[in-house]
Amino acid sequence: MNLFLAVFAALGISSSIMVIRANNPVYSVLYLILVFVNVSGILILQGLDFFAMIFLVVYVGAIAVLFLFVVMMLNIKIEERQESMLRYVPVGAGIGLIFFLEVIIALDKEFVPLNPLAFTSLDNDSALIPEYLHWGTTLGQKTGIEAIGQVIYTYYFYYFFMASFILLVAMIGAILLTLHNDPKVKRQEVFEQNAREFSRTIQKAS
Amino acid sequence: MSLIHSLHVSFVVFLLGLVGIYLNRKNIILVLMSIELMLLGINLNLLSFSVSLDDLLGQIFALFILTVAAAESAIGLAILVIYFRLRGTIDIEFIRLMKG
Repeated sequence: MNLFLAVFAALGISSSIMVIRANNPVYSVLYLILVFVNVSGILILQGLDFFAMIFLVVYVGAIAVLFLFVVMMLNIKIEERQESMLRYVPVGAGIGLIFFLEVIIALDKEFVPLNPLAFTSLDNDSALIPEYLHWGTTLGQKTGIEAIGQVIYTYYFYYFFMASFILLVAMIGAILLTLHNDPKVKRQEVFEQNAREFSRTIQKAS
Repeated sequence: MSLIHSLHVSFVVFLLGLVGIYLNRKNIILVLMSIELMLLGINLNLLSFSVSLDDLLGQIFALFILTVAAAESAIGLAILVIYFRLRGTIDIEFIRLMKG
């Protein structure tokens, strides 16, 4: 289990580095798909099978394909960005390092004693911390999607409603933004083509 | 499956998204992709805590973040497409001109 986690984490992190470092945006989108696949692998290791599937469907199937369409449609040239990188690296790396150290120290110091349930796996620390019995799992079990469905349609139906409205607004907005009627664009008129007569359109030039 | 490893992964992915926004300021498509990376890191963080704390609200919140991420990328890419149609370029140095 830990081996799988290490493989997924290493692949995900290295491919997310490649997302922000690739020269071609198409390669960035492909590495972004690889990041999503690895993160959904991590979710499967945590037992969240429904969310792993949702991540694959929504992120890879919708968002990454949308990015791929736009990148290929806009026909962007591969640019040279060597000089700008070297100029931005010191400040960015400094800020990133400070933030990274802050959160890493906080994670390692703060969360370990507070969470004995987090170490029920085969870690070295699991000998020090007593394992608790999960009474909930002994009484009754539900699958993850069943539990989410029981909660999201009852207690959180208002948020569910708002999420559907957000998606509706996004859909209508995207359609309205990109739809336009240009008179120069030639479109196919099926009815006119079918109704056109041969004798009226083709004439012999004398 | 320990919480701490998963939190490390999610935090590093979030941080890489942040650094990507900072480093790729010239390319707006890469900025949008970095925003997706940051949302992915936040989602993984919420889901890890939801599993560890046995609380279902984290998973529901992750579902809504997923919704907002999809809506945001659709709207952003639509704006990008109409901007490209208008100007013929998506260089971020010309986007500061607000006049259509």
